[in-house]
Amino acid sequence: MIALLFVIAITVATVGLGIWATGKSKSTSDFFVASRSVGVGLNAAAISGEYLSAASFMGIAGLVMKNGYDSLWYPVGYAAGYLFLLLFIAGPLRRFGAYTIPDFAEGRFDSSSFRKIAVTFVLFIGFFYTMPQMKGAGVTMASIMNWPYWMGIAVVGTVITFNVVLGGMKGITLVQAFQYWAKVFAISVPCFVLMAVFQVGTPHAASENNARLKSDGAIKVKGATAYPANVVTMPSEPSWLYFPKGAKIGKIELSRKLLPTEPKLTVGQLIENAPKVVLKGPIRDAKGKEVKANYHDLSQLVRGDKAEIPENTALLVYDGKPEETGVKTPVSLKFQFAEATEFRIWSAARWDGAGGTHGQVEAIAPNAPPDAKWLNPFGPLTSKWGYPVLYTYSLIIALVCGTAGLPHILVRFYTNPDGRAAKRTTLWVMVMLGGFYVFTPIWGALGRALMPALYASNATDSVVIKVPTILSDPLMGQIFSGVTSAGAFAAFMSTFSGLLVSMSGAFAHDIYGKILKPSASPESRLVAFKLAAVGVGVVSMLLGLFVETFDIAMMVGWAFAIGAASYFPLLLLGAWWRGLTKTGAAAGMLLGGLASLTAIIGSMLLDKKVIAADLPPLLRALMEQPAIWGVPLSLVTMYVVSRATAKEIPADVNLKMLRLHAPEELGLSKNYIEG
Amino acid sequence: MRNDAQEEQAALATRIMRKQAALSLRVAAVFVVILVGTPLANLYAPDFMGSKVGGFTLTWLFLGIAFYPITWILSSYFVKNSNKIEEEIAKEEKQ
Repeated sequence: MIALLFVIAITVATVGLGIWATGKSKSTSDFFVASRSVGVGLNAAAISGEYLSAASFMGIAGLVMKNGYDSLWYPVGYAAGYLFLLLFIAGPLRRFGAYTIPDFAEGRFDSSSFRKIAVTFVLFIGFFYTMPQMKGAGVTMASIMNWPYWMGIAVVGTVITFNVVLGGMKGITLVQAFQYWAKVFAISVPCFVLMAVFQVGTPHAASENNARLKSDGAIKVKGATAYPANVVTMPSEPSWLYFPKGAKIGKIELSRKLLPTEPKLTVGQLIENAPKVVLKGPIRDAKGKEVKANYHDLSQLVRGDKAEIPENTALLVYDGKPEETGVKTPVSLKFQFAEATEFRIWSAARWDGAGGTHGQVEAIAPNAPPDAKWLNPFGPLTSKWGYPVLYTYSLIIALVCGTAGLPHILVRFYTNPDGRAAKRTTLWVMVMLGGFYVFTPIWGALGRALMPALYASNATDSVVIKVPTILSDPLMGQIFSGVTSAGAFAAFMSTFSGLLVSMSGAFAHDIYGKILKPSASPESRLVAFKLAAVGVGVVSMLLGLFVETFDIAMMVGWAFAIGAASYFPLLLLGAWWRGLTKTGAAAGMLLGGLASLTAIIGSMLLDKKVIAADLPPLLRALMEQPAIWGVPLSLVTMYVVSRATAKEIPADVNLKMLRLHAPEELGLSKNYIEG
Repeated sequence: MRNDAQEEQAALATRIMRKQAALSLRVAAVFVVILVGTPLANLYAPDFMGSKVGGFTLTWLFLGIAFYPITWILSSYFVKNSNKIEEEIAKEEKQ
């Protein structure tokens, strides 16, 4: 309940500040004129505030906890992407005076038809970016209020959508700058407190015992509808499990596919291998109460690849040790739960040799990668499909090039007074983002050290919300969890609002105003904007329901990959190569962007088992991280098609280049947006 | 007359873009070397990257912390020089 108060406080502060700032600047042009006197510091904070989304606030910490070192590329890429933006795009684009990408497309090629193609990508990238924000909302509300996932999305999504419809996100520079500082406070202060109290914080201090669970070993798991979040991979050591009556395991498999060179090992063998033993001492349930339970052998309960638990049961799961079974690396059992339940797990590793084990040893958290894999490069994230180096480079390309292709971020550069200030602002954005991101991996390490149960329940994305609650003073725990919840709220509120504005703007301004009904009055455009905002909000919420099982930071990475293969080549070549034609740019953008989009959606559907296909792992890796082929595909297509259609090059291309590159003093710049 | 003006524009655009692009590409080259080199160092020099520095291995210290200040240095070098180029060109052209 305390956490809810913090969340309400940040929401009220944001909306209130927006109303106050709107009252101070009456019209849009007032806003722009006023913002030209805004200093570089405020502007940089505003850009950073809009940029730091649920992926930055919750997702990176979750991904670092889940996968370790490889996940560090996410914060590094999110921040370092601004360097490419700075080197090639920020200054020229500001000077060109067209700050939405569709405006740039139209101004650079004198073609209003190209605007239509450019605008579709605002929507593609936008929807990909809203999905993780919605997941952030669902996870946060589930953590602090115990609401079901869908309810968090419905309530938060509706509140933010209505705020945008009613115009509550105006006066945006000040609001976003405030949100930046709120997020920095919320990620850093609780982090310092936890590091001081528990004396951990380095990744190496967090990986000395393979993420053993704390004390009671209670694990909440989801049912089949949450697939793959209902998957629990048992530790690579013998473990005792206690199941309450009625628990249902839908499928038992091996934890990994065996290599062709390894001896055949079946699930049945692994179950049979388990010694027939009982645990010494009492069995306790999740609350520590002694319960009556009987010992069963897993082999008696298994029917096919399913198992049903007829009564409160304790049983032993055994792993496939390389020295016993001849496999190359450890194998264990993987359960897919059919229904939500709560089970307990203890280690049975300290075999006493006399038909029993000690029951008090803490188990390795199910699903947790072992220390060596977590700490070292080319771990579980990038070697998922067996091509870790390829995967790493593709991820780097997506993040570094994708930052330069995010429509809602580029818009904000317009508030710089000139091209030079745009560059200085970008530098400060990088400093502010770095100051924030440096904390995110620490949260991942804190999660691994202090709350490994999150691995087992597939809930690593909630680590920044959950970890503060383990402070021994429950009130302090509530307060610091409230602080991080408020930070998370600020994160998805600012990013979702920004996306909603730019996507609804695309519908109302570009699709309705320029394509469907060019004669529309400003009033009817405003109505169109509001209707579009409701529509986009509803679609975002529905998409959010579908993505509960995907990592937040991964999803944002996909939005970057699509941006990297569509807008980045357009802006890079558009600003630096006179020979780019509208046909070339459109062809490259469509081919690279749509191919990447298709690959990613295909990969998501395969992951969710909506479609089934046994594709080679190399193809899966390239589908999941398409930037390594998508970006070159787009660039090469642009070059080749532009060469073939060279007669389309606008006659005044040199003047356009001067507008992009000449210093403002020469008087060649032009503002497409009247200010 | 009109052709002269157009040629002048083309020449000026080329001159500005060359200067700026040379700077941008120089900084980008350093950055690309770091981006490409880090995974290669992890792959081919795992022992060196795994050596301990103040409670961290070099892998984590570099990517988790040191990477950010490096990008700040690169960008501040770029901003200073890029804006200097602009000022020079503005001065030359006004004369």
